[in-house]
Amino acid sequence: MKNSTFWKVFAAPTAIAVLTLAGLFAALLGDGAWDALSWLAMGISTAVSLKGLLTRKKLS
Amino acid sequence: MKSQTIRRWSAIHTWTSLICTLFLLMLALTGLPLIFHHQIDHLLGNAPQFKAMPADAPRLNLDQLIKAAEAHRPGEAMQYFAWEEDEPNGVMAIMAATPGTEPNSSHTFMLDARTGEALEMPSANGGFMMVMLRLHVDMYAGLPGKLLLAFMGLMFVLAIVSGIVLYAPFMRRLPFATVRPEKSTRIRWLDLHNLIGAVTLSWALVVGLTGVINACADLLITSWRNDSLAAMIAPYRDAPPLTQRAQAADLLKLAETAAPGMQADFIAFPGTLLSSEHHYAVFMKGASQLTSHLLTPVLIDASNLKLTAVVERPWYMDALGLSQPLHFGDYGGLPMQILWAALDVLTILVLGSGLYLWWVRRRVKA
Repeated sequence: MKNSTFWKVFAAPTAIAVLTLAGLFAALLGDGAWDALSWLAMGISTAVSLKGLLTRKKLS
Repeated sequence: MKSQTIRRWSAIHTWTSLICTLFLLMLALTGLPLIFHHQIDHLLGNAPQFKAMPADAPRLNLDQLIKAAEAHRPGEAMQYFAWEEDEPNGVMAIMAATPGTEPNSSHTFMLDARTGEALEMPSANGGFMMVMLRLHVDMYAGLPGKLLLAFMGLMFVLAIVSGIVLYAPFMRRLPFATVRPEKSTRIRWLDLHNLIGAVTLSWALVVGLTGVINACADLLITSWRNDSLAAMIAPYRDAPPLTQRAQAADLLKLAETAAPGMQADFIAFPGTLLSSEHHYAVFMKGASQLTSHLLTPVLIDASNLKLTAVVERPWYMDALGLSQPLHFGDYGGLPMQILWAALDVLTILVLGSGLYLWWVRRRVKA
């Protein structure tokens, strides 16, 4: 696969994966702001998934 | 990617998924209530109710607590005392017929640290949540059950990795998060499988891998006993069996002196899995959020209450310590628990849609 296609496909999932890993480990280090990073990361995954689940046929 | 390469990864994805999906569905379903076990215990009235007393009410010492526990379960042996951060007035006690009795046959209850009154914890010894826990941990099959689930966890990890590889050819011509409900039910669920799988995969990998490590806990503990512990207690190999435990009132003070800056997390009494025949093992946790998951055992001779050793912590015991919060999702407050449950449900959707997609494709091929 050409480099440009690779990042076109994997940029968004990679960004979410890195953010999630950072969040899960950050929350181990402290409370408050450290926890919030994990909430943000898992919140984004959940929101993107929900948006996909709620995508319905357009009524024409 | 060559079409032959795709076919090969596709076969890996299909078979690793098929092998583990039913087990993973069971784990995801039983794990869901376990995320909220604290809240559920409180709601059902299974959490011990402590009497209101002044905050500075004096605490019983360890000897008095042991006496209170033994009076509550006459004829049984002490196995463990454990402290919980959110229950500062209580000490959790675990007792059984003998110190070496396996954990599922033990009895767990709470002692009021100020009065010594015993408070039952029904959900720690049976009932719905215990059924969920046993299914989740070993399916009532002991070590073979745990190892089978560990193997299923590894299959799950392989399924995720092969899924990442296959994501590329599927998504080459589609923008991220494409869902096409207008095409067909199969295409809609294929898109959702790819989308939800892609955004939940790092969480699923973390929970999957830490689950595998937790499932191997028995093996890691055996290895720790053979490596670190055995060296420390070698001088006791030919010692006569312990007949009388020394007064234990100062046990914690002694452990805190041996491991400065640390705090007792639990005590393993002599003869249990986590101590020796001749020792108390006081497991000390670090003071920071991170090091509170890493436990350092302090071995104290039970016959004379003298320090024997501070046992070293091999890397795999630290890995086990960190695998627990990362698997349970209990270290980031209620928002983390809720999101943990949301990702658990999303994983169920990925597993279910995967099964559905395999089934529809199979019928087309046939």
